Amino acid sequence: MSTSAIETKVKGIIADQLGVGEDEIKPESSFIEDLGADSLDIVELVMAMEEEFEVEIPDEEAENIKTVGDAINYITTHKK
Amino acid sequence: MSHRRVVITGTGLISALGTGTEKNWQALLAGTSGISLVTRFDPKKIDTRIAGEVKDFEPEKFIDRREVRRMDLYAQYAMAAAAMAVEESGLPVGPDVPHGYTPERVGVIVGSGIGGISSLEEQHRKGLEKGFDRLSPFFIIQMIVNMAPGLISMRYNCKGPNWAPVSACATSAHAIGEAWKSIKLGETDAAIAGGAEAAITPLGLGGFSVMKALSTRNDDPAAASRPFDKDRDGFVMGEGAGMLILEELEAAKKRGARILAELVGYGANSDAYHVTQPAPEGEGAARCMRLALQSAGMNPEQVGYINAHGTSTPFNDANETKAIKAVFGDHARKVAVSSTKSMTGHMLGAAGGYEGVVSALALSRNILPPTINQTSPDPECDLDYVPNAAREAKVDAVMSNSFGFGGTNAVLLFKRF
Repeated sequence: MSTSAIETKVKGIIADQLGVGEDEIKPESSFIEDLGADSLDIVELVMAMEEEFEVEIPDEEAENIKTVGDAINYITTHKK
Repeated sequence: MSHRRVVITGTGLISALGTGTEKNWQALLAGTSGISLVTRFDPKKIDTRIAGEVKDFEPEKFIDRREVRRMDLYAQYAMAAAAMAVEESGLPVGPDVPHGYTPERVGVIVGSGIGGISSLEEQHRKGLEKGFDRLSPFFIIQMIVNMAPGLISMRYNCKGPNWAPVSACATSAHAIGEAWKSIKLGETDAAIAGGAEAAITPLGLGGFSVMKALSTRNDDPAAASRPFDKDRDGFVMGEGAGMLILEELEAAKKRGARILAELVGYGANSDAYHVTQPAPEGEGAARCMRLALQSAGMNPEQVGYINAHGTSTPFNDANETKAIKAVFGDHARKVAVSSTKSMTGHMLGAAGGYEGVVSALALSRNILPPTINQTSPDPECDLDYVPNAAREAKVDAVMSNSFGFGGTNAVLLFKRF
């Protein structure tokens, strides 16, 4: 899967779960500060990405995913 | 209890008859049945396949789209009904609005009989399929019953007492009564009170069905809820919400609030008898009605209309009739009694709130909603049930009865203002 395909899918998941427009979702957007997520949203987002991309994101790694770009990078690196 | 008086200044209703107080009131006066075949899931193996589903609810009209996803349907109903009630009353909270109540002195007491049961079913299914480490992080907050008052408090900045009674079909009558008490005692000056329910799910419908509590008149849904009628065969599940704004009278007057009615009495007690059957002769219900009258310092003769619990089960309606006769004596022949559950179905934990609003409207608009489907009189139920058609009547006080599984009873008493 190409990075841009991953990016599109990640943005779709975020838009759906956080109820924000896809145009507001940029790689540098912080989930908490820019997109208004709280700790429960982050748990849900991580689970959704694990299922969508069949990757496992351990809790200690999830803590480092703070922006949309962090999520895309993690998935691009770890997706088999 | 004290000289402080409590008035109703706002209402919010959602039921099978529609979303909004006015829509519900007009449908009730027209004698409309909200009961139809269950559409939300396939109930084919369940003996009862009918219910009073809400059909026109659009949560995004009341709640931010993103918040909707995080809420069970019962909480969405609660939030929407609270929004309607707050808007209607213009309840001011905080120092930034004229006559704003101190946030710490505004309570939210809103309950549900069952809570987020559809979320529970969905997440249990997900757990079995994918593993219990894959549950939604929102599951617990969707399921628990006190999330409704919690969410309402966050939206309206109500920092006073915040909790959810859970007493089956008496839930929201208890909520209103306890909010009344809190204002009377001087703990609070205003409250959002009522209840919500959304239990028309496989577990909810199936669970009540196997108790043989529900009507099985699947071939004629509109005629299935027929309280007091000889051919009644059980209750019909309803859903929705009923919410009221309560305010201390002097504060309400000072801010120029429109006052619908005064809440003057509240009784709460227990049958201490059986898990589902009412005590013989409606003994607990009668005691509870007397408690409400006593708390208001009123005589039975002052009550002109009773919005009955009237579930359409053989047991309840006969016992409630006996209880009314025991309390009201000769006046039982004169007082009008009706069950709006004949139209909405039994909204369980939302029933007391819905019917509290109906009671306040009957007083302020001088018209009594009917009991529909009255075709075969039952010798055991021989009072004036306002059969089949609404009736113009100027009454001075209205009693609203709510009785729940577990033998719990709550009675509210409203007075013309």
